[in-house]
Amino acid sequence: MPHITYRDPNGRTHVVEVAVGLTVMEGARDNDIPGILADCGGACACSTCHVYVDPAWVERLPPQGEMEADMLEFACEPDPVRSRLTCQLRVTADMDGLVVTIPAEQA
Amino acid sequence: MRNHTAALHPERAPLGNIVIVGAGHAGTQLAASLREEGFPGPVTLISREADAPYHKPPLSKSFMKDSGAPLQPLKGERFFHDHGIELRLGAEVTGIDRAARQVILSDGTRLPYGRLVLATGASARRLTIPGAGQGGVFHLRTAGDARAMRSALSGHGRVVVIGGGFIGLEAAAMLRARGHGVEVVELAPRLLGRAVSATTAMAVADDLARQGIVVRCRAGLDRLLGNGAVSGVRLEDGTELPADMVVVGIGAAPDDGLARQCGLACEGGIVTDGMLATADPFVFAIGDCAAFPQAQLNARTRVESVQNATDQARALARTLTGRPAAYDAVPWFWSDIGALKLQIAGLAPGSDEDIPVLSATGALRAVWRLAGGRLVAVETLNDPGIHMLARRLLAAGITPDRAAMAAGDKATLKSALDAVQGALV
Repeated sequence: MPHITYRDPNGRTHVVEVAVGLTVMEGARDNDIPGILADCGGACACSTCHVYVDPAWVERLPPQGEMEADMLEFACEPDPVRSRLTCQLRVTADMDGLVVTIPAEQA
Repeated sequence: MRNHTAALHPERAPLGNIVIVGAGHAGTQLAASLREEGFPGPVTLISREADAPYHKPPLSKSFMKDSGAPLQPLKGERFFHDHGIELRLGAEVTGIDRAARQVILSDGTRLPYGRLVLATGASARRLTIPGAGQGGVFHLRTAGDARAMRSALSGHGRVVVIGGGFIGLEAAAMLRARGHGVEVVELAPRLLGRAVSATTAMAVADDLARQGIVVRCRAGLDRLLGNGAVSGVRLEDGTELPADMVVVGIGAAPDDGLARQCGLACEGGIVTDGMLATADPFVFAIGDCAAFPQAQLNARTRVESVQNATDQARALARTLTGRPAAYDAVPWFWSDIGALKLQIAGLAPGSDEDIPVLSATGALRAVWRLAGGRLVAVETLNDPGIHMLARRLLAAGITPDRAAMAAGDKATLKSALDAVQGALV
């Protein structure tokens, strides 16, 4: 299973296995990682599962969908390059090693 | 001294343990937020359902897509255990003894509470016309409802959806995508009732028509046809619509039976103050079941939404842990009707002016809704950017100028927001 590293808002680092097919948001939920709220459950409706992707990974992930880009532009403290909504990032085998940082505030 | 203080100011009495009745979005979030806020005492979360707490919105959508789709859990498997939250599934609370501060379970057990939070939710209104008790008639509110309906879905049978509200339309679009012939029957002159503007309702109706869904408004019901298994719907005007399945989405009523039974005031929901407390300082209510003074409306109301449930839970957790906070979040909603994402920020009763925003191709993108010249709500179709901006504009109490709203130009709207927020800093 791919390993994903989440840096939480308290400065702790969590390295967890997330099954292919789940989203990066679901990986955080299942491993009780704080800071990814995901109030809407993955409907791309709330922008509370926002993370900053490690710069080395930005180009390696599938591009943002139109809805995701639109939500992110007006999320809390978005970064034009590194911001993603984790509910829209479905884990694939080649995401092994992905590193994301969770912001202190969501929405 | 402590007892004396407690008698005069019961809200200052030590919390003791917290019992939460209902493990939907509100109850589950409260349990989680109490721990996040550092509450160290016992927390018991009671659910009459057998399933671990789950997301409700997918029930009418992704859960129906294939027969093996799992429920979408609100929390990971170990969450409740790891945070010392006692989750009691399949447990029915049958009464509340407020004098003794105990809840009574169906097996007769009495569970004492220091504070009691009612997060009992709302139940689907049942269809009561003749024939409604037959097989093939489904309501859609709980995982149990959704499983029953899903297991009955087969082939491409004809479905009549009764009620043109959010759940009915979401189900209609999902069923149409699965290949069913779908008709929606609505009593009112238009879809989505008072939830959205006439302009948005019309755009939704057009979208449904493009998907091949037949919508009949102003259609009163006479009876459901069939001999034990539903075979059709007869309308008041005598029209008969053949159906292999009927899906009922005619709204929900607050689950306030326990509150009524123990003498708490209920008016269209369990009455609370702005801190979500009932008249009994040891009992609170949050989520779909709570009738609270809504900050933007300045009136008592009940709001059925995931946002309201989770944000009220967070506000109450802060209040209970010594950082009292009145609940004043801007309400927001979403509904995925097939590929159409409808989002609403704010509440629009009393609105007297609608400003539509059209795309270059003439499609409706948004409707700004004003009351007395003040922005009160914004509806968007497939335009989450405007929705997100609208939430922040409403929270800041900003009404952008009409030209900027009508143009739907996000950069201009955002600079209006930044200007005001910059000035506030």
